[in-house]
Amino acid sequence: MTKRSSDHEIQQAFDTQMNRDKLLQCMRCGFCLSTCPTYIASGFKESHSPRGRIALMLAVANGQKEPDEDFYRTIETCLDCRACEAVCPSGVQYGELIETAKQILIDHHKQGVKEKVIRSLTVRGLFPHPGRLNFMADFVTFYQRSGLQKLTHLLHIMSLFPASLRAMEAVLPDVRAYKKPVDIRPFAADFPEKKTYRVAFFEGCLMGSMFQHVNSTSKVLLQLAGCDVISPAKQICCGALSDHSGEKALAREMAKKNIAVFEAEKIDFIVNNAGGCEAELLEYPRLLADDPEWVPRAKAFSAKVKDVTQILTLTGFDQLALQMPPTKITYQDSCHQQNVFGVAQEPRQLLQAIQGVTLIEMEERVGCCGSGGIYNMVEPTAANHILDLKMAKITALSGVQRIITANPGCFMQMRLGVKRAGIDEQVQVQSITDFLLDAVNYTRTQNQQAIIAVQNS
Amino acid sequence: MIQPEIIEELRQIVGPQNIQTDATDIYTYGYDASPEYYHEPDVVIAPANKAEIIEVLAICRREQLPIVARGSGSNLSGGTVPIAGGIVMTFTRMNQILEFDQQNLTLTVEPGVITKAINQYTASAGLFFPPDPGSMQISTIGGNISENSGGLRALKYGVTKDYVLGLEVVLANGMVVETGGKLTKDVAGLDLTQLMVGSEGTLGIITKAILKLMPIPEANKTMIATYRSMEAAAQSVSDIIAAKIIPATMEFLDQVTIKAVEDFAHVGLPTEAAAMLLIQQDGHPREIDADIATIEKICRQGDAIDVQVAKDEAEGAKLMAARRTALSALARVKPTTVLEDATVPRSEIAPLVKFINDTAKKYKLYIGTFGHAGDGNMHPTCLTDLRDKDEMKRVHLAFDEIYRKTIELGGTVTGEHGVGLAKLAYLPWKLGASGMWADAAIKAALDPDNILNPQKLYGRSEVAVHD
Ligand SMILES: Cc1cc2nc3c(=O)[nH]c(=O)nc-3n(C[C@H](O)[C@H](O)[C@H](O)COP(=O)(O)OP(=O)(O)OC[C@H]3O[C@@H](n4cnc5c(N)ncnc54)[C@H](O)[C@@H]3O)c2cc1C
Repeated sequence: MTKRSSDHEIQQAFDTQMNRDKLLQCMRCGFCLSTCPTYIASGFKESHSPRGRIALMLAVANGQKEPDEDFYRTIETCLDCRACEAVCPSGVQYGELIETAKQILIDHHKQGVKEKVIRSLTVRGLFPHPGRLNFMADFVTFYQRSGLQKLTHLLHIMSLFPASLRAMEAVLPDVRAYKKPVDIRPFAADFPEKKTYRVAFFEGCLMGSMFQHVNSTSKVLLQLAGCDVISPAKQICCGALSDHSGEKALAREMAKKNIAVFEAEKIDFIVNNAGGCEAELLEYPRLLADDPEWVPRAKAFSAKVKDVTQILTLTGFDQLALQMPPTKITYQDSCHQQNVFGVAQEPRQLLQAIQGVTLIEMEERVGCCGSGGIYNMVEPTAANHILDLKMAKITALSGVQRIITANPGCFMQMRLGVKRAGIDEQVQVQSITDFLLDAVNYTRTQNQQAIIAVQNS
Repeated sequence: MIQPEIIEELRQIVGPQNIQTDATDIYTYGYDASPEYYHEPDVVIAPANKAEIIEVLAICRREQLPIVARGSGSNLSGGTVPIAGGIVMTFTRMNQILEFDQQNLTLTVEPGVITKAINQYTASAGLFFPPDPGSMQISTIGGNISENSGGLRALKYGVTKDYVLGLEVVLANGMVVETGGKLTKDVAGLDLTQLMVGSEGTLGIITKAILKLMPIPEANKTMIATYRSMEAAAQSVSDIIAAKIIPATMEFLDQVTIKAVEDFAHVGLPTEAAAMLLIQQDGHPREIDADIATIEKICRQGDAIDVQVAKDEAEGAKLMAARRTALSALARVKPTTVLEDATVPRSEIAPLVKFINDTAKKYKLYIGTFGHAGDGNMHPTCLTDLRDKDEMKRVHLAFDEIYRKTIELGGTVTGEHGVGLAKLAYLPWKLGASGMWADAAIKAALDPDNILNPQKLYGRSEVAVHD
C-alpha cells in the first residue's frame, strides 16, 4: 500500500493540476449559495459552498493556504450535483474543478478506507463490467425471490456491509417484478403510430441491469410514440461513476468504446433516461479534449444524445389525451439532468398533459436529494441530512400521493426518504416512465370501457 | 491575533455550533464579490438574537476588536472584507420574517432574510417589495439596507431607502435604538432610519427592519429599441422622460455588451447597433398601452434602427432575461470582472459612455457598459486578469479618469454599490473636505472606539490587495 502523501505533495498537485483560469472565472457573487445542498446542510458555512470551495482550491493551488483535514472534508462532501453551475452568471465550470480536486485527493490516498471499499466494489469492479452487474441483478433477483431477503434481515448478514449500504439495501428495487419483458402490442392498437425517428437506446449499467424495467418501459413509450428503437449490443457503461470519482483514464476508455459502437449505427438520436449518464455522454467532448482524433467523433456523438422525455415531447406524446384517476404528484428532478443536461421542462410537460394529474412543485424545486452517484454510500450522514431536508419540503405539500423521479439514484434515495419520513404507506415513489406507462394503461382501459359502453347502449 | 480566552467567551455567547475558528472555515470569510480585496477574520460567529449581539459588542469595545457584519458577501466594494481582522458576524440564524401586516402594508423582517424570499412571501397577497438589485436571489435585506441598494425598477419605484420605514439597531455602545415605525409620517427627532440606510455596517448592527410594500401592478409590457449611436439612445431616454412618462425600467446596453450578449445567448441582437434600450412599463393595461405607444413613437423619431414591442408578458420576460445575461455574458470573456458604478444625471449618459469607451481604448482595456439609463447609473464593466499586474495598473488609471469625468459631469463615484474599500480614494472628490468631516464626526460620535467595520466608508486607508 502506498503511504499517505504529505499535505505538501497535495499542495504541489493543486498547483500543477488545477486550472487557474477556470478558478478565477468565479467572481464570488454568491448566486450559488442558496442552491448548494451542502452549504444549507452545513448550517450555512461558506467553506461548504461552491464559492468557498473555489476560493479554497485557488488558495491551496497558490500556496496561500495550507491544505488541511477540513479542506479535504469540504472537497469530499461536495455532491457534485452541479446546481451551482446552473445558476452561475459567469459560467464557472465547477464540475470540472471539483472533480480535478477529488482526483488529486484520490491520487494521494486521502480518502478513508470505507470509501475505497465501496469504490473498488462499484467503480472498479462492477460498473465497467456489464456482465458482473447483470450477475448482481440476477443475484438481487435470486436474493429476493428466494426469500433470502427475510432471512438475511434476520441474520444481519448485511451488517458485514457499512451502514450506508445496508440502508440502500432496504430500498433496492424489486427486480423480480421488473425482469418481465414488456410487450408493446397491447397498447399500440389504441394509439396512432407513425414512424418518426430511428433511435438507439443507451442502456447504462445500473439502468441496464438493476433498473432494466425502466429501460423497457422507456422503449415501449418510444415505440408508442412511433420510434424505431434499437439497442446496440456492444455498448457499455457511460463512465460517469468513474469520471466523477476521479478515475479519468478509465472513463476515457469507456467513452471511446461507446462512441465507436454508436457510430456504426444509422440513427437520429441516442436515447437515455438517467440524468447521470446523459450528463456524462454530453461531456464526452470535454473528456476527450486532449485527443484530436476523438474530439469531432465525441461531438457528433454528444449532439445526438437526448432524454426519453425530449423524444416523447418531440413526437407529440403529450398530445395523446392520456388520463389518470385524480392524482397529486410532485416531481424530483435529477441534478445532472436538470443542471448539466438541461432537461427540466419536458418531463413536466408530459406529466401535466395527463388529464387528472396535478403536479405540485416543491418549494425551491432545485435541490439534490443527497443521492449524488455514490455519495449516499460514501457520506451517509451528510446524505441523510440532505435527504431529510428534502423530505420536509415534500411533506409540506399537502396531499401528494406520488413522487415521480427522473433517475435511478433519486428513485432509490426517495424510497429511503419516504421510509425515513414515515410516509412510505401514503406516498409512492415511481420513475417517470413507469408513471407514463401507468397512464397509458389506464387510458386504454377507459377507452375500451367507453367502447363497450357505446356498444351496449 | 485574538486571544483564546476571547474565542471561548464568544463560544459561550453564541454556542459551539455557531462559531467558526478553523483555518479552512475562516479563510472563506475574507472576500466578498469585489475582485481585489482579501483579509482573513480571526473568528466568524452567527448570533441568534440581539441579546447575543449586545454581549458580543461589549467584548469588542473591551478588547478594541473590529467587527464586520456580513450578509451574503455579495457587495462589490470590499464592504465585508474584514480588513483589520477581528470578528465577522453573519445573520444566517436571524433570517425570519416576523410579521406581515396587510392593514399597513408592511413586512417586519430579520436582517438575514434573502431579498427574493420577501417577494415570494408577499406575492400571493398581491404585494411586492420594489427594490430589485441584480443580486436579489442571494443578497440579504440587511446587506441591501446597509448598501441602500437600487435595481432595475429604481427609476419609477426608487431604491431601498424608500421602502425602509423603521429599523432596530444595536449601537456600538450596546444601546438598542428603534427608529421610525409603521408610519408614513414621522418627524420625531433626527431621521435615524435614513442615517442607518447605506451606512455599510459602520454605525450599528441592524437586527430588525420594517419594510414598506406596494401593490403588484396589474400588468406590464416590454420593448427594445436599438440605435446607431449612443447619443441617439441617450436622447430617447431624455425625450421619454420629457414626455412625462416614467417607465418602470429603462436599461441601456452599449455595443461591447450587445456583442457579448449575442455571442453568449444568440438571441438575434443587432451587433452592428451602437446601443440598445430595454424599456418596461407596468400599471393598468390601458395606461401601459398608451405609454408604450408613445415611447415607441419617440424612439422611432429618435432615429432608432429598430423597435420591437413584446407580444405578451412572457416575451417581455424573455427580453428582460436577455438584459440580465449582460453581466454573465461579459464575465465569461476574461477571468476577472471589475464591475463599476459611475452615476451621472440622465442627460449626461452619452458623454459618459463615450468617455468610458475612449478611455478603454487609451489604456487598451476591454470595457463593456450597461446600466440603468433612467437613473443615469452606468456599470462600466472591465474584463481583465488580476494576474496581469501591468493591466491591473492600467485598469486603475482608467477608472481614476472615468470617475474624475463622472464628477465633472455632475455625477457620483458610486450610485448603488457603496464605498467600502473600493471607493475610498474617490470619496473626497464627491464629498469635499466638509462632507468628509461631517461624515467622520457622525461616525466618531456613534462609534468612538471604531470597532464597527473599521477603515470603510470614511476616508483613505491602507488597503490590502489580493494577489
Ligand atoms: C451580480 C451582482 C449584481 C448586483 N446588482 C446590484 C444592483 O442591481 N443594484 C445594487 O444596488 N447592488 C447590486 N449589487 C451589489 C449589492 O450591494 C449587493 O449584492 C447587496 O446589497 C449586498 O447584500 P449582501 O447580503 O450580500 O450584503 P454583504 O455584501 O454581506 O454586506 C454589504 C454591507 O452591508 C453590511 N451589513 C450586512 N448586514 C448587516 C447588518 N445586519 N447590520 C449592519 N450592517 C450589515 C456589511 O457590513 C456590508 O457593509 C450586485 C452585486 C452582484 C454580485
